[in-house]
Amino acid sequence: MNAPNRPVPASLANVANRSGQPQAAFDSPVKIDVDALNFYYGPKRALDGITIQIRSNLVTAFIGPSGCGKSTFLRTLNRMNDIIPMTRVEGKVLIDSESIYDAGVDVVHLRRKVGMVFQKSNPFPKSIFENVAYGLKINGLVKSKAEMADRVEESLRQAAIWDEVKDRLHDSALALSGGQQQRLCIARALAIRPEILLMDEPASALDPIATQRIEELIYELKKQYTIVIVTHNMQQAARVSDFTAFFWLGRLIEFDRTDRIFTAPAEKLTEDYVTGRCG
Amino acid sequence: MRKHADLIFHLVSLSALVIALLALAALVFDIVSDGAGRLSLSFLTNIASRKAEEAGVYHALMGSIWVIALTAALALPIGVAAAIFLEEYGSRSRTARFIELNISNLAAVPSIIYGLLGLGLFVRLLAMGQSVLAGAATLALLALPVVILSTREALRTVPNSIREGSYALGATKWQTIWNQVLPMAMPGVLTGLILALSRAVGETAPLITIGALTYIPFAPDGIWSKFTVLPIQVFNWVSRPQPEFKANAAAGILVLMVLLLSMNAIAIVVRDRQQRRGRA
Repeated sequence: MNAPNRPVPASLANVANRSGQPQAAFDSPVKIDVDALNFYYGPKRALDGITIQIRSNLVTAFIGPSGCGKSTFLRTLNRMNDIIPMTRVEGKVLIDSESIYDAGVDVVHLRRKVGMVFQKSNPFPKSIFENVAYGLKINGLVKSKAEMADRVEESLRQAAIWDEVKDRLHDSALALSGGQQQRLCIARALAIRPEILLMDEPASALDPIATQRIEELIYELKKQYTIVIVTHNMQQAARVSDFTAFFWLGRLIEFDRTDRIFTAPAEKLTEDYVTGRCG
Repeated sequence: MRKHADLIFHLVSLSALVIALLALAALVFDIVSDGAGRLSLSFLTNIASRKAEEAGVYHALMGSIWVIALTAALALPIGVAAAIFLEEYGSRSRTARFIELNISNLAAVPSIIYGLLGLGLFVRLLAMGQSVLAGAATLALLALPVVILSTREALRTVPNSIREGSYALGATKWQTIWNQVLPMAMPGVLTGLILALSRAVGETAPLITIGALTYIPFAPDGIWSKFTVLPIQVFNWVSRPQPEFKANAAAGILVLMVLLLSMNAIAIVVRDRQQRRGRA
């Protein structure tokens, strides 16, 4: 991590306090319940005994140095790692009390419920409209053209990009700026009305203004969705999240309310990381 | 010193290019000077004849168009499907790797071998006779390795982030391939197809082997019709002793060249349109 990103504890504490969550929100029901999860790339163990409960309608941030397993863990939550050959999962992941790694689980159905936004925006090389409509079409979620248009508009509005694209819905998505592309990808993920939204460093390739827009959006979206966000940027974690999990070398070191992680971490390793002494 | 080496390399590659272009220019000039005089509308619409000045390429041209269109119709779906299987479904298995190696080998097999296979398999065993279909099936076999290899290349250039984006929206593997991967790979697939067809349209040996005729008094009227093609007609004229037929052969080559160039032109137009639909 480069120098300007290194936070000092005092300023972080301020940021964390400013998010000002009402106390009651922290004990919302558990949405994702992970128990003793191990993950292997071939013979190499990438995740070691992860146990964590992620609560609904809150933002949970995963922080930690590169290669610590936070993205890998995020991708186990919608079984995105399935498409990587030679990988293996042990342990349990329950979403709404249903085990997602049981035989007979429909992965397509799971991914409809657990949406994902990637680090690099990856719009399809089609029109803006088609990008958002794709998920609706392949899942057979709309019955008429009018309903399709409504759902596309609704999703683009939710992702706070409607006003910028409403006059050019049929232009290529690739003509949009990086930040717009990323919000389009969020709209695309929202279109199929998932319950959980996984975001893998959604703002890491964006400039500060685009990043701010994404963060504001996350704040809006958590009213309806359970959001899990991986981030390299600790100020971002402090700004947007209610809970923070700190990963280190494939293990979950500490998981607590974000304000505690950044002001009074229980673990020495966490403190060293959030104050920039290591990682 | 490094600068000199750079300059020398530059000159060597330039002269290599000039040699290749000169050879091509000489060839084209030779053919045009021999055959241009014979080119006329009647040369295109006349049928083969014993009299050189009355002979035309109509039947052979129609035969070539029939055969190549049918070859494309056979080679494209089979080749693309095979490539999708190898690249998207079975790329890790030992069987797939074994098949892949053999497809690369097949691309280098002399075309007359395909002719012998076509004769045994299509003409005799499947009793297609010396038909347009048998000829096209044989040429499709010849074109398949190139179509498969170039389709695999094209599929490989589709970024994985597109596949992941599609899967993350609840798409199945087939939906992902059909809706996202294949459209993005299409320009590359078409380029490969045209390369393969360009080779096939000039083939003589495999078609003579399966028994395409050097002289037929009619144009093909269906896939079961007997046929001849331009290269065979040219071959026939070249082997005549009279110099007038040599001019016919040169003119026939010109027609074949124009056919080839227009196929390429169509491919480029189609490819550009596909690309524009995706990008602009």
